[in-house]
Amino acid sequence: MSAPPAVTEERPAPPPTQGGPAPRVQQGRDPRRRGLLPYAFLLPTLIVLAAALGFPLVRQVIMSFQEYGLAQQFGQEPEWVGLDNYAQLLGDGYLWTVLLRSVLFCLAVSAVCMVIGIALAMLMTRIGRTPRLALQVALLLAWAMPHLASLTVWQWLFDSQYGIVNWLLVNLGFDDFAGHSWLLNRMSFFVVAGIVVVWMSVPFVVFTVYAGLTQVPADVLEAAELDGASGWQRFRMVTVPMIRPVLLIVGLLQIIWNLKVFTQIFVLQDAGGITRETNLIGTYIYRLGIGEGQFGLAAAASWFILLVTVGLSLYYVRILLKDEAAS
Amino acid sequence: MIRSRRRWLLSTVAVLLAVVWAFPVYWMINSSFLPINRIQSETPTFVPIDGTVDAYDRAFSGGFFSALKMSMVVTLITIGVALVLAFLAALALSRFRFRGRRSFLIAVLVIQMIPAEGLFISQFKQLDAWDMLNTVGGLSLLYIATLLPFTIWLLRGFVNGVPVELEEAAMVDGCSRTQAFVRVTLPLLAPGLAAAAVYGFLQAWNEFSLALVVMTRPENMTLPLWLRTFTEANRVDDWAGIMAGSALIAVPVIIFFLIVQRRMTAGLVSGAVKG
Repeated sequence: MSAPPAVTEERPAPPPTQGGPAPRVQQGRDPRRRGLLPYAFLLPTLIVLAAALGFPLVRQVIMSFQEYGLAQQFGQEPEWVGLDNYAQLLGDGYLWTVLLRSVLFCLAVSAVCMVIGIALAMLMTRIGRTPRLALQVALLLAWAMPHLASLTVWQWLFDSQYGIVNWLLVNLGFDDFAGHSWLLNRMSFFVVAGIVVVWMSVPFVVFTVYAGLTQVPADVLEAAELDGASGWQRFRMVTVPMIRPVLLIVGLLQIIWNLKVFTQIFVLQDAGGITRETNLIGTYIYRLGIGEGQFGLAAAASWFILLVTVGLSLYYVRILLKDEAAS
Repeated sequence: MIRSRRRWLLSTVAVLLAVVWAFPVYWMINSSFLPINRIQSETPTFVPIDGTVDAYDRAFSGGFFSALKMSMVVTLITIGVALVLAFLAALALSRFRFRGRRSFLIAVLVIQMIPAEGLFISQFKQLDAWDMLNTVGGLSLLYIATLLPFTIWLLRGFVNGVPVELEEAAMVDGCSRTQAFVRVTLPLLAPGLAAAAVYGFLQAWNEFSLALVVMTRPENMTLPLWLRTFTEANRVDDWAGIMAGSALIAVPVIIFFLIVQRRMTAGLVSGAVKG
């Protein structure tokens, strides 16, 4: 499940006169109870977060320092092995392959999504009502599809025997594609996965960027045109700087979301059968932990996805904040 | 002259792109109505003229309803609990100043960056230790926790949007603090609660990876898990049935999404209090 991180900046606390509760604390009959009330309100949330995130996080730390395999699953005491799990992962080389693959896939797909999304949003500002509505409805359809349903449909589209994509390619003259299995080759596996992810993610980019574009005043663009700026120049020098905040946020979300494409890869792997060559970090951890029962190793590997995601996003958030401070 | 021709060209491109983007959804519905001999033929059928609903029967008899029930139960519990908890937390964060408020807000932001895949192994082990694997409670607990940070943030914005002066005015008119809240503020928060519920519904209903980890037994499958197993079982010979299964899951969500999408943005834009 992915929640779009709220990147809105926390406003400074308003002075008490603006309706802060400070003056009302004295009005309350029992100030001490009033003082505990917010904590009582937060308590259930804290309990749930502790149970579902806090405890597992602690467990993850502990397990990553333990030999925790199938034997332990059946009751044997886990053995402390210090940094062995980490050493094994780092020395393996496969982890690095998977990490690199994940980051490359994420960056490539995010870039494609941004380019197509911005292009479509620009296109939407230049066409009449009816074609725009058609495009919007089509994009909404793709956006609303539950991920698993989309993935299933795309498997059918790329089916080797009766898939429409192969049929189309053969009819366009590429006879090699008769009965071609897309998911059996690493490169074409990622092409298919990329297409699916782009298809799913572009609508969000288009709608957000389009909303930003409608805020760009038309007279500024006209003035630039009168000054002799070409279409591309107007886009680069006027439009992009004006919608920069929107672009940065959408870009950040794309990167966060495309790093965790577990479902997409997992389901396509189910259909294809070459898991080792197509694992990204999420599926790698799943297969290591749930698949092979190597919970210690999987727990250690989990830290990498946490570090990479939080690292990338924090780096990005810093740019975002700097940008906001500068403007 | 040149301008209008250009506009025509761009419009055509837009319509073509719309067709490309909508095609998978159309193809799902089209395929779901085709009889087996039509779907497994060298030339595809583009319009299901002599269509049948047999594929839907096969999907229904393939365990669809038990998964539907599971999904409904988990989703309802998740939305209900998450809304109540997030609402209380949003009140605390918006209407009170207390020690630790700022750190809590930061924590809410940071938690949202945690990818589910970075934690699901240990969540699995944790639920296992509590005997909560394969239970509605276990899965709902994880869903609620995933949903809470964003929901709190969303609702906090709405609570912030209702001026305390309104409540105070009601209290001057003789309401107690609680009455003032229930009669004045709560109705104004309805759009926010609705938005949060819609968001929670879409998330919990469509979620796959946590369900895959927690619900390991076939009788406990939610809809996405069911679709996966159903696909695996029929991949070789029944794509019509698989597409019927996909359509059963997707079409209600798409219709719901199309309806609420406009209302939700309208609700979010109009804001709770005018002037």
